[in-house]
Amino acid sequence: MGAGVRQHDESLEEPLPTVTLAHRDDFDGWRIAARSLVANGTPPSAVTWTVAGEGGDLLGGDAAPVAGNPSFTVPKAFIDMARRVVCNVEPERFALLHAALAQLRTRPKLLDDQADPLVQRLYRLDKGVRRDVHKMRAFVRFREVEDEAGERFAAWFEPEHHIVRLNSGFFVRRFAQMRWSILTPLLCVHWDTAELSFTSGALRGDAPEGDPIEAVWKTYYSHIFNPARLKVNAMTKEMPKKYWKNLPEAALIPDLIAGAGERVQAMIDTVPRDVSEGRHPRERGDPESPGLDLTGAIPATESATLGPRLRGDDEIDALRTEAAACTRCPLYGPATQTVFGEGPPTARLMFVGEQPGDQEDLAGKPFIGPAGQVFDRALAAAGIDRTRAYVTNAVKHFKFEARGKRRIHSKPGTGEIEACKWWIDQERAAIKPAVTVALGATAARSLTGKTVTISRERGRAITLADGSELWITVHPSFLLRIEDRAAADLEYDRFVADLTAIRERVAALG
Amino acid sequence: MAQLDTRSKLAILADAAKYDASCASSGTAKRNSVGGKGVGSTEGSGICHSYAPDGRCISLLKILLTNSCIFDCHYCINRKSSNVRRARFTVDEVVRLTLSFYKRNYIEGLFLSSGIIGSSDYTMEAMVRVAKTLRLDHDFRGYIHLKTIPDAAPELLDQAAMYADRLSINVELPTVEGLGKLAPDKDAGRIRLAMGGLKTGIAENKEARRKFRSAPKFAPAGQSTQMIVGADAADDSAVVASASSLYGKFGLRRVYYSAFSPIPDASAVLPLVQPPLMREHRLYQADWLMRFYGFNVGEVQDATDAGMLPLDIDPKTAWALKHRASFPVDVNKAPREMLLRVPGLGVKSVNAILRARRQRRLELADIGRLTRGIEKLRPFLIAADWRPVALAERADLRPRLVKAERSQLELFG
Repeated sequence: MGAGVRQHDESLEEPLPTVTLAHRDDFDGWRIAARSLVANGTPPSAVTWTVAGEGGDLLGGDAAPVAGNPSFTVPKAFIDMARRVVCNVEPERFALLHAALAQLRTRPKLLDDQADPLVQRLYRLDKGVRRDVHKMRAFVRFREVEDEAGERFAAWFEPEHHIVRLNSGFFVRRFAQMRWSILTPLLCVHWDTAELSFTSGALRGDAPEGDPIEAVWKTYYSHIFNPARLKVNAMTKEMPKKYWKNLPEAALIPDLIAGAGERVQAMIDTVPRDVSEGRHPRERGDPESPGLDLTGAIPATESATLGPRLRGDDEIDALRTEAAACTRCPLYGPATQTVFGEGPPTARLMFVGEQPGDQEDLAGKPFIGPAGQVFDRALAAAGIDRTRAYVTNAVKHFKFEARGKRRIHSKPGTGEIEACKWWIDQERAAIKPAVTVALGATAARSLTGKTVTISRERGRAITLADGSELWITVHPSFLLRIEDRAAADLEYDRFVADLTAIRERVAALG
Repeated sequence: MAQLDTRSKLAILADAAKYDASCASSGTAKRNSVGGKGVGSTEGSGICHSYAPDGRCISLLKILLTNSCIFDCHYCINRKSSNVRRARFTVDEVVRLTLSFYKRNYIEGLFLSSGIIGSSDYTMEAMVRVAKTLRLDHDFRGYIHLKTIPDAAPELLDQAAMYADRLSINVELPTVEGLGKLAPDKDAGRIRLAMGGLKTGIAENKEARRKFRSAPKFAPAGQSTQMIVGADAADDSAVVASASSLYGKFGLRRVYYSAFSPIPDASAVLPLVQPPLMREHRLYQADWLMRFYGFNVGEVQDATDAGMLPLDIDPKTAWALKHRASFPVDVNKAPREMLLRVPGLGVKSVNAILRARRQRRLELADIGRLTRGIEKLRPFLIAADWRPVALAERADLRPRLVKAERSQLELFG
């Protein structure tokens, strides 16, 4: 190794030594020089470290090897780390390692204190090199070139640090029986199945242009990608853009991202096609369609030709069966049964209440108790046929406090609403209502995900994530709790007015 | 059907394979190609050779041998009632693809799965033949993961274990009921029996290799499984309970959670709504808590709200907020187990703290240098110069922590 220490300026009382290392990642040179400097007690701040051929090389080659027999031991962990840190492009790396080596003589456990600023600095430099080493192992892309001796592989890579030498062993172990070269801007490495050799830096143009297998690899890359779960940031964190120019597959990324949304929508759109064809006779210009058709139900004659059942029915039935065994929240324990939604799968209007009450819990049907009766009366007054709407609850089990023989309704908590939201989402996805109506604060909370003030939100449409409309009004049980007769009548009229506006809106949506 | 060329088949059979989350190539025996006749090495840690825009690592050539299948599992794109295009690789095609990708440094090896054609044994035999050809004819020393078929003959599973680094069998759904509904042809009992068989095989092989170093290796990277989350009603409590029992019973290396995602030509029984990917992420965090942070399944369930892990904060923070009395923890005195409970302190940071505090008393700034940031840690820690008196008592701690978490969340948006 060409390391040597030279007295830099004889005229100073304290001579400033300069060490010139043979190359940028000359670990052995650093090690020999640093050991003697430490043994001689030279303060690290006094030493200038340079690399031959870099920074004007003022010193020439006549530096004498350092004398002395420094005998002290350092932990192996330090040597391993120093071997990597030396490869970092940080100009201060040699000096920082020298400083750490000097401290190790008096503080052998120095490296254990990662909170020490010097140690922390070295760990960071080490981490940078490790990462670069790992990324080189990952992102080198060989291209095949034929020569007289058969197949040979070459790659162009641009490492961040001086890691080519450090990393060459990995490629030898992996591709021992292949002839290969890795070209980089500062150093190239070659393997001929028996021996490693290094040459000076190359240009990108020196590497082969392409490889027919790359097209096959790109096919794989674009098809293993799942467009339904786009996480671009997670990709770029591990595969930063600076590497893209040397990765053949990276050329596909912009188009894959741009097309992802469309591909997912296509999957969702194609799923229930048979359902939606049966659902919207209006869209097919069916003259038989009545003026206000909340269900879009197909006339009996036509439905017979479509087969015994619609898939939407299957879907809701499957959900209902599964919901019957739901244990997503603790409410299933004391309740009698899951009270699932009810109504035709083709309904265009969906009502979401709060939760089943005492009677609903026993009967297994939504909105049949006292509040259900008010609801039915108001629907009739507003001109809505309940049998054509889908009626369900935000929470599907009855939550109550037992008082003697009576079960007193108690309000569901956020956790229960959240747990049950899964079912509402499934029901809405299966039914695809044009308008969903939240009856009361619990339903509004479930559908919007936040606490809403009904008085402020009622009487207008809110657009949901899927593009359909949400309308919010009071829960019928609210009307039952108003003691003042006149006030109750007033509120009932407002409720009917809300429902009327909703009916008109569904008709307008067509 | 017209003959498809290898590249067209690859398009179909990679499409069919992408719903398997695992692409791990780590944790197998160390070996390399020096002195061999072919290529390949495994050195402990896996390498992700590329990343797709879905954020998933591409480490292995992950394909199906065929996507034809006699089963009709609702969540599966390859079920027999699906309208997808079908294709079938020959053994030789898979071998050639694997080697030509490997030699160009695109991959760490092969992850081969298959639809079931003919019979379970027939399919498994073809998969074993791929691995055997790679190992014996080409002396391939890279990584091989075979997805095994639970109903195949035990002799075939033994052979698979001889040539593959890792074997896996998917439990598919967190509960037996879910499996019954969504995978009517699969039998939870058979799946568990096959996993048990593998566990025994791996354990016996370990014993044999202790006595005879020359004993052949048997699935040195162990076995793993996958469950789909969000296709049935199982909540997070049920998912972690199921995972915990799988780790315990079968000594699995990994349980993968795959957020159900819409598939082309899906069955009507499935939800059309995709569960948030964040849910999948929280489950992985919960899984880590059980494997590396000393949490038992009950403690993870304790972090849920009515069975579901919160989406806005990580499960460890959720647990800490429910156990405020256990905090703050003194970084200079607390045992390792307690430091691991501190939200924001990872295993590496905890180890660094333990090493550093043997040297001197640590201050808050030291902790800052040993971790990824102290904002989140402050309310939970005592350091030589820090005591979170007011902060620890705050009622609005959760929103503050949600804010701290958000900076990390961009990854999962």
